[in-house]
Amino acid sequence: MPEKRIILKNCGVIDPGDIHTHLAHDGFKAWEKARNEMTPEAVVAEIKTSGLKGRGGAGFPCGLKWELARREPADEKFLIANADEGEVGTFKDRHLLRHDPFTLIEGMAIAAYAIGAKKAYIYLRAEYHYLLEGLEVAIDQVKQKGFLEHLDMEIHEGAGAYICGEESALMDSIEGKRGEARYRPPFPPTKGLWGKPTVINNVETLMNIPTIILQGSKWFRGIGTEQSKGTKLFSVSGDVKKPGVYELVLGSSLQELVVDLAGAKSIKMVQVGGATGGIIPYSMITTPLAYETVLGSGAVTVFDESREILDFLHRTMEFLAEESCGKCTPCREGTEAMMEILGRLTTGDGKQEDIQALEDLSATMKLSSLCGLGQAASIPVLDTLKYFRNDYETRIKQSVFLRSLRGML
Amino acid sequence: MKPIQQEPSRSGRERENLLGKLKEAQKKFGYVSREFIAETARSHGLPISEVYGVTTFYSFLSTRPLGKYVIRICKSIPCYLKNADMIINSVALETGIRPGQTTADGKFSFELTNCIGACDLAPAMLVNHEVYGPLTPGKIAEILKACK
Repeated sequence: MPEKRIILKNCGVIDPGDIHTHLAHDGFKAWEKARNEMTPEAVVAEIKTSGLKGRGGAGFPCGLKWELARREPADEKFLIANADEGEVGTFKDRHLLRHDPFTLIEGMAIAAYAIGAKKAYIYLRAEYHYLLEGLEVAIDQVKQKGFLEHLDMEIHEGAGAYICGEESALMDSIEGKRGEARYRPPFPPTKGLWGKPTVINNVETLMNIPTIILQGSKWFRGIGTEQSKGTKLFSVSGDVKKPGVYELVLGSSLQELVVDLAGAKSIKMVQVGGATGGIIPYSMITTPLAYETVLGSGAVTVFDESREILDFLHRTMEFLAEESCGKCTPCREGTEAMMEILGRLTTGDGKQEDIQALEDLSATMKLSSLCGLGQAASIPVLDTLKYFRNDYETRIKQSVFLRSLRGML
Repeated sequence: MKPIQQEPSRSGRERENLLGKLKEAQKKFGYVSREFIAETARSHGLPISEVYGVTTFYSFLSTRPLGKYVIRICKSIPCYLKNADMIINSVALETGIRPGQTTADGKFSFELTNCIGACDLAPAMLVNHEVYGPLTPGKIAEILKACK
């Protein structure tokens, strides 16, 4: 399937500092259509019918999320654009925010109208502080054109914490607390920010909205696969000739992305979806990229044949242990324990029982962690155990042998 | 000792500006001091431990003074694959400090950070709020020289 520019259509085309260039490319026509010709319920229904799913990683149906918040009786509701793009290997939202802030704001104007929110936040990660000014200018220009009369829009800057990309931690962060995951239910569309119904959408998800409203859900449903409608942005990095942001129709093959477009050679494996993303060995390089298979945030990190599995895993687990918010035990202790075991395996102190220990820990963490960080932390471990078990076993055998020599000396 | 004043919370939203306030202190003084934490806790009617907990949770807030220029080198996998270790070594060489340290003259602080979303520019770093990449030892020397 080909490259297709729906989300990226304005990037490099408009001037992100001048709303007139955006208006010249159908900017805010979708918002005008929604406002003048559609009820909020009709907007929700249109997005629901489109089959659009969240682009931040979890893939929750966007229309359903909106409907839940819409139906919840409350004196106040909130919309949050999640621009805390902290997932390792993901930089698509940075690209979007820099090159086309207007479409995000338009998507938010429509979303807020649909769910009945009068206040919206853009939660921008501190690492992207250099994008703040451009966003502020864009919001001002949109306001001056009279497109935000129904909505108070504010940028809330983070302060450096991976976990704050997780929606419940993000809300705690806005509330001025440590960004720790919440127990759910209740889910944000029922009780979110300050206990009020809240919709949190990824930047890319929101940027799909204007086009869907203008072209219709039927058109959108015609793109992609059974469960995965539309296009998706992929952030490609690692061992490739041309790292960058690519937009493909969902269901396109991993091979097309990393080999044909990004120019990867002698691939060992590809991780899709960030630090806790699934591992695809080269033998499965034709795997389609979709919600049915692998997708996540669309982070695609390529490893060539020179790369060591255990070294990569140990670094990944170090990261997860560091960024675990610490609220629930399975994640806080589990990531630490896994880091220790993987460190042992890396430095040649591994034991045969370590593989079983990793599998046991994985099962517990997956079942009982509070949020996606702990639940998914073991995915790269389990996937590499499935596809590269030999790497583990060879390392352990060598370690045991070397240690026996040491004992003899 | 002055008793801690606890205004009855009307909306429970007085904390919304807490993070902003701490960030402002970070920007103004280069760190969030114990005195500032205590003062902020008092003015928000919160326990000191609570404000300290928030401060230490976020990596862009520091309880020890940071230098004028904070160098943050990305150590996540995509940068690691592009030889971030070489960049870490060359920053150490140029500044004479290791990660976690600040130069004696207070000019540079050197930190390692997790993914900064510049993987297409790997190996990458932030100097204060500017992003740089793809880096080479030569470029490091140039960038740091430009920091006055």
